[in-house]
Amino acid sequence: MEWIVALVIGVMTASGVYLVLRARTFPVVLGLTLLSYAVNVFLFTMGRLQVGQAAIISPDTTAYTDPLPQALVLTAIVIAFGMTAFLIVLSLKARSELGNDHVDGLSYVAEEQAVKSRQKAGN
Amino acid sequence: MSSVWPVLPVLLPLIGGIALLFSRLGGLQLQRSVSLLFTAGLIVITLQTLFVATTEGHQVYLLGNWLAPYGIVLVLDQLSALMVLLTAVLSLFALLYAIAQDTDKQGEDFHTLFQIQLFGLNGAFLTGDLFNLFVFFEVLLLASYGLLLHGGGRLRTKGGLHYVVINLVGSSLFLFAVGTLYGVLGTLNMADLAAKMATVSADDQGIVAAAALLLLVVFGIKAAIFPLYLWLPGAYANTSAAVAALFAIMTKVGLYAIIRVHGTLFAEQAGPLAGLHTDLLLWLGMLTLILAVFGVFAARGLKEQAAFLILASVATLLVGIGIDNSAALSASLYYLVHSTLIGGAMFLLADLVARGRGSYADRLRSAPAMSRAILMGSLFLLSAIAIAGVPPLSGFFGKVLILDSAIGHPSQAWIFTIVLLGSLLMMIALARSGSILFYQVSDDGENDGQAFNTRATTVMIALLMLSPVLVVAAGPMTMLTEQIAEQLSDSRAYIDAVLGQAAVRGK
Repeated sequence: MEWIVALVIGVMTASGVYLVLRARTFPVVLGLTLLSYAVNVFLFTMGRLQVGQAAIISPDTTAYTDPLPQALVLTAIVIAFGMTAFLIVLSLKARSELGNDHVDGLSYVAEEQAVKSRQKAGN
Repeated sequence: MSSVWPVLPVLLPLIGGIALLFSRLGGLQLQRSVSLLFTAGLIVITLQTLFVATTEGHQVYLLGNWLAPYGIVLVLDQLSALMVLLTAVLSLFALLYAIAQDTDKQGEDFHTLFQIQLFGLNGAFLTGDLFNLFVFFEVLLLASYGLLLHGGGRLRTKGGLHYVVINLVGSSLFLFAVGTLYGVLGTLNMADLAAKMATVSADDQGIVAAAALLLLVVFGIKAAIFPLYLWLPGAYANTSAAVAALFAIMTKVGLYAIIRVHGTLFAEQAGPLAGLHTDLLLWLGMLTLILAVFGVFAARGLKEQAAFLILASVATLLVGIGIDNSAALSASLYYLVHSTLIGGAMFLLADLVARGRGSYADRLRSAPAMSRAILMGSLFLLSAIAIAGVPPLSGFFGKVLILDSAIGHPSQAWIFTIVLLGSLLMMIALARSGSILFYQVSDDGENDGQAFNTRATTVMIALLMLSPVLVVAAGPMTMLTEQIAEQLSDSRAYIDAVLGQAAVRGK
């Protein structure tokens, strides 16, 4: 079971990093979401993978599942959820204020205008 | 008996933030009074916490009365007390300036965000738990996103977007690092982590080192260390001046976290892992300093220049931490206090100049003379002297102390060359901006700047005057910072204080 979880975390992280490096805000938001999913699964596995065990320790238990990573994941999920919501709103604001969804909004616009004016001058 | 002092500076701004949500009903005037009241109250309380920390040693507060390695603890030592006091002082000036310039009228809930920002900062300075540090980082970041974007504007949105995205990536990395440490060591309490560091098996040392360096990346994003500083100039130069001044402490949070986490975890009790970060910090610090000085030279506006000056101060501090001896740490703390306050003053001055020049704003181009140009020019001269490290103001003493502690270090030639050359180049760049802004007056057109704002200028002067105060009080200040450095070098005392804290017994 370990290898499949490790594979899932690895693939999600790789996809997340790839998307974060994209030039437009929407893929970046998706990338950050994927990264936070990967982190959550990773935190969860740090308590070691146990199937069908209770999260209770008593002197005579031999196997148990660690409850702390679950609490950490819960906190991380809530925070990541709030941050994603904020980022989406900010991206929309940037889209409406900068006129495009490019991460480097203004300089992109400036370059575009420079290209246009050069074309005009060429005509 | 569990002490209440670690929890008060965290609770007060939180209560303030909640109270401000309700005082919206009473209008802006009420919000201003409440916000000022809570910030002034914070200074009183943090002065008392500093007094308690220096006289009574480590103070530990068990949240929920759970014993240390299992529950979350807040720990007050002299370093956190100093940082909390510094935050409170800087925030009072930032708040006064925001009120004087009506920054809080440009959007809603400025004061609430401001108090929650202080809540996050103080929490980050006082927590003794790694995951709790992450949570407080998120609190202070979310508040800082709000403050950074407060008032709106295209450039602000763009700079803010970059800031938010890189910090969200940083949060993910933080969780990866925290998870790895928990997976190997089974604890997140910093004292317990430090105690267990000696028992790490040879097989696990690599993975612990990886987690530690991942944490260094995260704190490096906050502190703006090369190559992770590119977000800073855009974010700081485009936000409102009061917020930029408050954010002078934000980069220091990253540095504090490095001193606290890496300094405690990888002190000598860590065995082979001890001091794995110091050389790296030294070289990254020098590299950051070089690039920051280039930035100071290349800046097109005074605000951008101030942002690069903040970066240069962070770099100097990194060099101080990287030298890794008690005297260097003490000197760095003195320089930290100085650079935070004067960096904040520099942003306020840049804003005053930009407003005075009207449509020319803070761009480094000659413009029609602004009103009260002589006063402004003198203030610029004083700020430049303080921040570039020329005698007789506090920057000079900070740098001398840092360089003094570098004598005998294997790379002392590099440290001296880069720090001194950096100071010289910063001075030249600042002299150039000063002469463009204040001497090269162009005659075409009338000055269309805002009228002279007495209250805002008074706030700026008061903040700047803390630099001579730091010089006059250099004796007691260095005594305090030496005491802090001594306390930090004894990580055993920290571990014992946290893990030995008894719970409060019920009746």
